[in-house]
Amino acid sequence: MTATNPTAVQVPPRRVLELIHDWVTTVDHKKIGLMYIGYSLVFLVIAGFEALLMRVQLAIPGNTFVSPQVFNRLFTMHGTTMVFFVGMPILFGFGNYLVPLMIGARDMAFPRLNAFSFWISAFGGVLLYFSYLGGDGLYGAGSAPDVGWFAYAPLTAHAFSPGHSTDYWTLALLLSGVGSIGTALNIVATTLSMRCPGMKLNRMPLLVWLYLVVSMMVFIAVSPLTAAQIMLVLDRYLGAHFFDTQAGGSAVLWMHFFWIFGHPEVYILVLPAFAFANEIIPVFSRKAIFGYPAMVAATIGIGFISLSVWAHHMFTVGLGAWGNTFFTFATMIISVPTGIKIFNWLATLWGGRIHFTVAMMFAVAFLFQFLIAGLTGIMLSVAPFDWQLGNSYFVVAHFHYVLVGAILFMIFAAFYYWYPKMTGRMLSEKLGKWHFWLFLIGFHLTFDFMHVPGILGMPRRIYTYESDRGWMIWNMIVSSGAAFQAVASLLFVFNLVWSFFKGAVAGPDPWDAWTLEWSTTSPPPPYNFAVTPTVDSRRPLWDLKHPEDPDSSYEM
Amino acid sequence: MSGVAVIRDVPIKEWNLPSRGKVGMACLIAAESAIFIIFVVAYVFYLGKSLNGPTPRDVLELPIVSTVCLLSSSITVHFAVSALNHGKRSLCSLWLAATVLLGSIFLAGTAREWYQLIYHDGLTIQTNLFGTTFYSLVGLHATHVVVGLLLLSLVLIFSLGGQMGAKHTERLEVLSLYWHFVDAVWVVVFLVVYVFGR
Repeated sequence: MTATNPTAVQVPPRRVLELIHDWVTTVDHKKIGLMYIGYSLVFLVIAGFEALLMRVQLAIPGNTFVSPQVFNRLFTMHGTTMVFFVGMPILFGFGNYLVPLMIGARDMAFPRLNAFSFWISAFGGVLLYFSYLGGDGLYGAGSAPDVGWFAYAPLTAHAFSPGHSTDYWTLALLLSGVGSIGTALNIVATTLSMRCPGMKLNRMPLLVWLYLVVSMMVFIAVSPLTAAQIMLVLDRYLGAHFFDTQAGGSAVLWMHFFWIFGHPEVYILVLPAFAFANEIIPVFSRKAIFGYPAMVAATIGIGFISLSVWAHHMFTVGLGAWGNTFFTFATMIISVPTGIKIFNWLATLWGGRIHFTVAMMFAVAFLFQFLIAGLTGIMLSVAPFDWQLGNSYFVVAHFHYVLVGAILFMIFAAFYYWYPKMTGRMLSEKLGKWHFWLFLIGFHLTFDFMHVPGILGMPRRIYTYESDRGWMIWNMIVSSGAAFQAVASLLFVFNLVWSFFKGAVAGPDPWDAWTLEWSTTSPPPPYNFAVTPTVDSRRPLWDLKHPEDPDSSYEM
Repeated sequence: MSGVAVIRDVPIKEWNLPSRGKVGMACLIAAESAIFIIFVVAYVFYLGKSLNGPTPRDVLELPIVSTVCLLSSSITVHFAVSALNHGKRSLCSLWLAATVLLGSIFLAGTAREWYQLIYHDGLTIQTNLFGTTFYSLVGLHATHVVVGLLLLSLVLIFSLGGQMGAKHTERLEVLSLYWHFVDAVWVVVFLVVYVFGR
């Protein structure tokens, strides 16, 4: 790994080619993990830029910064990119890197499948953006999909979306789905078949448990999307009638299939954030996680229940009283295991000795923000309330509160926590604090106030609005927050790059943590462990550092 | 390696974990089952909803021979695994060849049925909802049969070349799991399309 020789300045061209060849052909889970993470950071910046453009357009009424057609493409691409080419890759990237290390394994179960999954996902992302050039959409030569990230039928039928922009959307997601299923398969096989001796299932780090549940959810959730995509392609090119109302087909069927994917998908995105919290909060509270078995049970509960709530995205379709009632109750039930997790995190903090490192600051913000996001979710789960606020900016505010306020904040925390392990350098805490406070201010400016235009009736996916609606002041505030977030994100990227060369040397265990990845060098050698470890408890490094008081005395 | 915690390797009495090949194949089967379930749901949802054109009752006949062949091929592939486990290479090749043959007969039967449906009964994927859902569901299954046959043929070639031994049993078993899955899907498709749906 190049990080071990930071003083190297001149690299001859042949060496660069060797380096590139090494990374392109690697099957090492650590390198693949880093490639996933790097890839998703690039798309984070691109999709963030798309969001900025939208916020500029919406800041004042009657704005003509972008045309309506461009705006439609922007919200479609922003959503699709963020979910499939930022969220999924970054979470699988961290999973790829950490799971084998945390269970004392040498690599993933299927290293070549791992590499294949990465490259096919990467190709999917490139294909999606190639649509700007090759899309040939309704409005002229070449463009990106503009059908919304959920591409409802019959807008996606060939008659209403001629050209190829929708097909780029479909194919990109198909490829991304194949990659996701491959990585999920790898994670399950690795977790079940490659744990080091002594690491029983109830001794695994909670991160590994959560990734196991996430992967199983991927099998059940991503496949319906794959099936729906195949149906859409058949409709568009072979004259099939899956979603063709003129032949008796049903556009609502697409909605069902999409949301049977779409709802578990958001739990697939949030569970890794919980996984990071489960590792980071205990270490910086200097206490083991409170209620490990309850955390496992709650996670499995969330996994199961999330498969049964999908039609809360369809309350305005007309499911009937029984349908609406069922999905309202199911959605409310999911707050129980989620609440258990929040209480357990609080109980971990309680009585601990808290170290406010930047990672911990992001984790604490996550706790507050995830709670609020969950509360607005419960509000929306009440079907009649959703009839007023569905498809409004209240919904946009809710899900961004989860996606940015919970997930992105924990991703930032994970960066500050594991960057030392991955590169051998510490991220600058000073820059980190600037990043944190600027991003916090920007996040709250944007997404707290975004609830208001929603309640005042502002719909989603509109490219502008009249000046007499009373929405302008709120939109201006929302847009101003975007500027803070942009600056903070750039600071973060700068921190990543600067610290790689100039950051303090980390050593194997800078945080005095307890799981197996901290027993290797930073960065770990390609083989991870010179000798396969044997563990006796959930915190093997605690046992090593405190042989007079090992965890194995307390655990069952 | 100063400063790195070394965890002593203390031997543990028994540490048996499931084989990763089988776990991996089980995961793949789970994912593929979910895809098939969605197509079956679409088929069932659209039963009786076609606006015009042929109905299942009009044009479908029970594909008894094909079904018997496909289900028997599960038995033959099981015998192939068993033979390899006992190191009997030629017997393994024989059972593998039987499996490929039976699977091919199934595909040929499907092809004949589709020819009949398209050219004599006028049922295509475009005709109506029945056509759409029938061809996509049965076609998706047939695609999985084709992939399975390709893999089985590859293994047959290895077996005939004398390169396979008892130590490869595990891998052949993983492939046979896939083949059993394909057969199980056919049982569901058969029941839904040809029995309950007509």
